[in-house]
Amino acid sequence: MQELIVILVDGLVFSSYLFMVAVGLTVIFGVMKILNVTHGSFYAFGAYMSATLIGAYYSTDWPEFGGFLAIFAAALVVGVFFGIVLERGLLRFLYHRDEHIIVLATFAMFLVLEDVLLIIWGTDPYFAFEPMTLLGSVDIVEMTFDVYSLTLICLAVVVGLGLWLGLTKTKWGKLLLAVIFDREVSQAMGINVTVVFTVTFVIGAIMGALGGAYIAPTISVNPGIGVEVIVLAFAVVVIGGMGSIPGAMIGALLVGISRAAAVHKFPEIELFVIYAIMAVVLSIRPEGLFAPAQARKI
Amino acid sequence: MTVVLEVRDLQKTFGAVVAAKDINVTVNEHEIIGIIGANGAGKTTFVNMVTGYLKPTSGHIEFAGRNIMGLPPRDITNLGISRSFQVPQVFTSESVFDNLQMAYAITEASGMGLLSPLYNDERAARVDSHLKRYQIAEYRNATASTLPQGVRKLLDIAMAAVSNPTILMLDEPTSGISVEEKFGLMDIIMEALRQDETTVLFIEHDMEIVERYVSRVLAFYQGEIICDAPTAEALVDSGVREFVIGEEYHRTRTEAANGQSNGQEGDDNA
Amino acid sequence: MRYVDKTVVGLSIAFVVLLFADFFMAEWMRFIGLQSLARGAVALGLLVLWRTGLVSFGHALYFGIGAYAAAMLTLVGYHDAFFLVLAGTLASGLLAFLLGFLLRRYRAIFFALLNMAFSMILYGVIVKTEELGSTDGFSVLTPTFLGYAPQGEAVQTTLFLFTLVFTYIVTVGVHLYLKTTLGGMSMAVRENEIRVEYLGYSAEKVIHVKYVFSGLVAGFGGAIMALAIGQVDPDSMANWNVSGEFVFITILSGIGNVGATYIGALVFELIRTYAFEYAPQVWQFILGGSLLAIIMFLPDGIWSLIDRLRKSEG
Repeated sequence: MQELIVILVDGLVFSSYLFMVAVGLTVIFGVMKILNVTHGSFYAFGAYMSATLIGAYYSTDWPEFGGFLAIFAAALVVGVFFGIVLERGLLRFLYHRDEHIIVLATFAMFLVLEDVLLIIWGTDPYFAFEPMTLLGSVDIVEMTFDVYSLTLICLAVVVGLGLWLGLTKTKWGKLLLAVIFDREVSQAMGINVTVVFTVTFVIGAIMGALGGAYIAPTISVNPGIGVEVIVLAFAVVVIGGMGSIPGAMIGALLVGISRAAAVHKFPEIELFVIYAIMAVVLSIRPEGLFAPAQARKI
Repeated sequence: MTVVLEVRDLQKTFGAVVAAKDINVTVNEHEIIGIIGANGAGKTTFVNMVTGYLKPTSGHIEFAGRNIMGLPPRDITNLGISRSFQVPQVFTSESVFDNLQMAYAITEASGMGLLSPLYNDERAARVDSHLKRYQIAEYRNATASTLPQGVRKLLDIAMAAVSNPTILMLDEPTSGISVEEKFGLMDIIMEALRQDETTVLFIEHDMEIVERYVSRVLAFYQGEIICDAPTAEALVDSGVREFVIGEEYHRTRTEAANGQSNGQEGDDNA
Repeated sequence: MRYVDKTVVGLSIAFVVLLFADFFMAEWMRFIGLQSLARGAVALGLLVLWRTGLVSFGHALYFGIGAYAAAMLTLVGYHDAFFLVLAGTLASGLLAFLLGFLLRRYRAIFFALLNMAFSMILYGVIVKTEELGSTDGFSVLTPTFLGYAPQGEAVQTTLFLFTLVFTYIVTVGVHLYLKTTLGGMSMAVRENEIRVEYLGYSAEKVIHVKYVFSGLVAGFGGAIMALAIGQVDPDSMANWNVSGEFVFITILSGIGNVGATYIGALVFELIRTYAFEYAPQVWQFILGGSLLAIIMFLPDGIWSLIDRLRKSEG
């Protein structure tokens, strides 16, 4: 019983983390049909920027809780900057090309950004534990969990709900859905698809950066975190159905809880349980759990 | 007359939508049959079911005495039913010659033959004579995506005819073609198919085309066949006039009688 | 024969030239050459798929299986290069045949990613297997060649010769296969599967055969690589970025010609080696930058340059 609860809590925390990194990827794919490998860079830059800003903040004697603002500021700065630069500076020249080529271009950009990261921050790890120690820990069934990790669950719920409401209830969201449904028709209807693309990409980038920025206080921020995250996020998005926000949530839960279970019960399969789930889901539902199947008119 | 295709009690439902209901058709060898009906009446669904693209919910389809229900399109094609498409299905970025060469290669090769070279002179000669029969030889080296709509339609039908099928089903061969070109196009197609003694079923919206080339009509309405009769008879049928031909098609009985003679011409062709 | 296949002639000339060059090459050149041939073979496998309109982001799976199968056999006492490479190739081919039943149902990005998922499973298995040295991998002893056990520099010379002969056979084989009806059906499947079905053949079967071909040659490349560097490890044999590098090489080469994949692999190897040697801090930057440059300015790869040259001459 105790183990079950531990698996559940760990699983939920990990799922929230997965959702945070996957949701930006799925939003970008849903609207732009681009599988964006640089998402891993957004995450990594978000984490580094967050660690740096947190460090800078706590070297002042401003109120302790303000440190949380540094996290969100980091995500915004990184997301807006890279989102605009990449979409306007690179991707828009490739929209007419094959989808594989666009994936490769983002892969190339990812390689470039990996080194840019090293040039800026070097190879030594960064730590920014202050926000985590600030929130302390809590005991659940005689097991100690840190409160900061639990707030990740809240953040994921808020982000998920926010995106969902934004998409279904606002004018902007409806425009987006129109573009998702039919790019050409929306263009004909006078929707400025160019702007929609840029804004979507920036939102996706902020999500990726926020994932990294928020997780930064709980990890040692070091080179290579972008690689790990991109592969995980792909798996989650593919399982859930590419472009689907509820899909990303279910995918994240499925992967997060299975992995937590594997870590506690069968540590030797921990690493590939995610891909095994992905392979199984895809072989049953080729388009992922939540993506609508598309018929072809002949 | 030999029966080549027999369809009994065919049904197709998509959830609550009934796309085909109680379809019963018997097709004899060498018949030329026109399939008419408004959009969404179930014409293409019928063709899709017979050629294996859609699996019927229930019913029975027999071709040359063999049950073909549930077979995939490739098996049905190999047995002898081919089809063309409303939207031409060609290899868009390849030349007309390469399109037909591939059609011949796939049709002719089986087993170890698949490992023989794609190009050979005899095959190229067959492709060229086929191009001539369909009068698209002048486009031999043009890329399929650059072809005028009429030529692309002809290429699509020519590719379907490569296997010299027993039955060829044409899905709206004249859709997207200007009125002036329609008859020329149909003449080419029907002449080529007549030489091959192919049984033809084709979907058509233009009643003048139907009258001229077809000996028998299947009229679809809301997934059902509401009329199966010789052309002249079918075109004056009250149900057909109400549900298929509609009000734009104002014709007197005398005009319809002229149509009858045309219809018989079609019969002679067959 | 009236009809002369220019590609076969070109490959044969390159083969003979390299055969002689083997005896004069500096050791580092031979080393780069071996790696280019091995990676080029994997890119050749990707070319076969790419012509069908499919891209795999997980061919490190077959590369890794080929490398580990060959390497594991050396652990149990087999050292003959012929046997090791054959075993690596067949092991990959067998896996591709089995997974092919599933993968042939997928297209586009799903095909690409499902391949990646399978390759990451292999990666996970290797990393978690202590017996295979986990993340460190293990060394592969010098192979023998039908009883001949070369020493010193002769090891690399012989291995290069061996690799060259088999790469030549494999490449000409793939080229001839692509000229057959079944091979040529790549175009048909890529352009219009519905038409293929309605001409009476299974598009999935075409894809399956191609997938097995690509698995075989990728396994071949992997086995060669294991022998060439005398070491196998998951990060340079089975991780996702390895798959990315293969796709990179294919883009670099273009899919116009089977021989181009080796030129692409050589260019890749040179960029990587020199970038790593002279600018270790920014070697990924250089690699990514060159990939971007090719995507933007040379969309059909190096082969299109050669094609353009030939056309301006002719």
